[in-house]
Amino acid sequence: MAQPNPNSIVQRLEGLPIIIVFALMLGLFMYTAPTVFLQPFIYTTFLSTLPPLILLAIGLTFVIGAGEIDLCFPAIIAFSGFVFAVLFKEYNLGWFAIVAALASGILVGFINGVIIAKIGIPSFMTTLATQFFWAGMATVLSGGKSYALRGVEESSVWQVIVGRPFADSETIWIGQLPMEAFWTALIAIFLWFVLKRHRFGEHILFIGDSNDVSRVVGINVDREKIKLFTLMGFLAACAAIMLTLENKNFFGNQGQGYLLTAIASVLIGGTSIFGGRATIIGTIFGCFIIGMIEAGLVASGLTGAWVRTVQGLIFLVSIIFYLYADEPQRRAAFLARFGFTGFGRGKQAG
Amino acid sequence: MTATATADIEPTADAFQSIVRLEHVEKFFGAVHALRDVSLAIGRNEIVGLIGDNGAGKSTLIKVMTGVMGPTSGRIFVRDKEVDPADYSVRKAHDLSIETVYQDRSLADKQPLWRNFFVGRQITNRFGFIDIKKEKAIADQILKDVIGFRGVGITVDSTVGNLSGGERQGIAIGRAMHYNADLIVLDEPTAALGVAEVRKVIDFVRRIKASGRACIYIEHNLAHVHEVADRLLVLDRGHIVTEIKPKDMTVNALTEYLIELQHKT
Repeated sequence: MAQPNPNSIVQRLEGLPIIIVFALMLGLFMYTAPTVFLQPFIYTTFLSTLPPLILLAIGLTFVIGAGEIDLCFPAIIAFSGFVFAVLFKEYNLGWFAIVAALASGILVGFINGVIIAKIGIPSFMTTLATQFFWAGMATVLSGGKSYALRGVEESSVWQVIVGRPFADSETIWIGQLPMEAFWTALIAIFLWFVLKRHRFGEHILFIGDSNDVSRVVGINVDREKIKLFTLMGFLAACAAIMLTLENKNFFGNQGQGYLLTAIASVLIGGTSIFGGRATIIGTIFGCFIIGMIEAGLVASGLTGAWVRTVQGLIFLVSIIFYLYADEPQRRAAFLARFGFTGFGRGKQAG
Repeated sequence: MTATATADIEPTADAFQSIVRLEHVEKFFGAVHALRDVSLAIGRNEIVGLIGDNGAGKSTLIKVMTGVMGPTSGRIFVRDKEVDPADYSVRKAHDLSIETVYQDRSLADKQPLWRNFFVGRQITNRFGFIDIKKEKAIADQILKDVIGFRGVGITVDSTVGNLSGGERQGIAIGRAMHYNADLIVLDEPTAALGVAEVRKVIDFVRRIKASGRACIYIEHNLAHVHEVADRLLVLDRGHIVTEIKPKDMTVNALTEYLIELQHKT
């Protein structure tokens, strides 16, 4: 009963709808704000402001693809950021501060995973609770203080992680290219391979599809979920380090703004909110769209107050779009309401 | 990963009496006593029908037998050698050539067929990255040669969600055959299938026997299971209450018997 064309072009090219939307918006902003969007500097700025968001959203792509959610990562950004800042500044530990910050993120993520997989509390509840706990912990330990990292750009840590390797270049925009974009691209490519081609990525998608099926085909669901949340903790710690170094400052609520924007980026990108399907390419374009809206609207002459409104609207529209694109029954019912029948493969599924 | 653990129970060792044997297996879910003192043995080339009302414990029994969940107490033997329940898992059951086809839980809906064929035992390099080309080639061969889906528009890239119920059963059964199982467990494979597709499944069950394998066949439709099984085990409220040879009892008598069983308390 399956029909001869099982793969439409939308399915074959990963993230195609979102790439088109991205191109259209870019074109729009080039038209409304040519002085900003036809110059290279806005793009080099994106390369230094978006990496933390992209890392978080890539982690969430795995989490949401597995049918779970993580609300804890803003607290990991606070906690790991604090661990890094205090060890780096007060104790002068340099690279060891990086290792400790990553370890703290991995530990928090691992604990989340154990609570979710072994005790069996839904991830929404677990990470809501742990996010209060670790954010509170960061505030208690730091005494609510911020840590200004003055002179940090002299250190090798700063040079390697968020440095400007071509700072001596003749062309100004090349001089502004930041290291964090390089590291983020490296992590993104690696995790794209993991999701698409590694056993772990396949298990994550099967778990998102159905925990039951995953168990009977022999996937160790508990262990993969623990790995999943540990990965999220690691990526949140990476984001925390980049943020703290790039801002040359640590403050307790530096992660707060990322919760909804990261989730929105993932869903705009085309990862299914019901789990089972995930796309890292879509997520990255989703991040660029979320980031671009802010710069684009302001540069086009609208006030900053419009930013959230438009982000919310695009978020909503994209979720509805994917819902209908994904689920043949819903699409068929929707089209039938407007008098289209016998349209594509949706019909037989109902 | 389980290679060393199973080295002492080689699937090829052929001096065994029963492919699976359970002794005094109990299973509790909290206060619910799902399996009570279940002992049974499955011979190496027989079709055993497992029948009983909803909630009789049929599904729990096969889950324990195939490593999806451990028993609360009791012993499990595979090819006459005891397996440690704590160490028994689906993966291990696969290694021991035991395959299960579930009514609706064998395939993941949103994933392509080729991933469904290999999930849980992917062909990978030593870092765990999947050899997609090889998996697809083998999946394509299974699709055409084992299952016989030729020219019906189903490819290895089709998503399971787009297949009919019969096609899904075909895929799941083809997968079990490909892995050369010695014991194939079928959990209500004909539920929700059309008449023609039921015939195909019944034929497949016969083929399992003809090829020298064993089969446990759970079925609601007594006529189907009566037709192919060598013996029938009747399960009621977690007990195996009796064993019946189909040739000793007609389908009608069997139906009467089961209804009576329900009215006893």
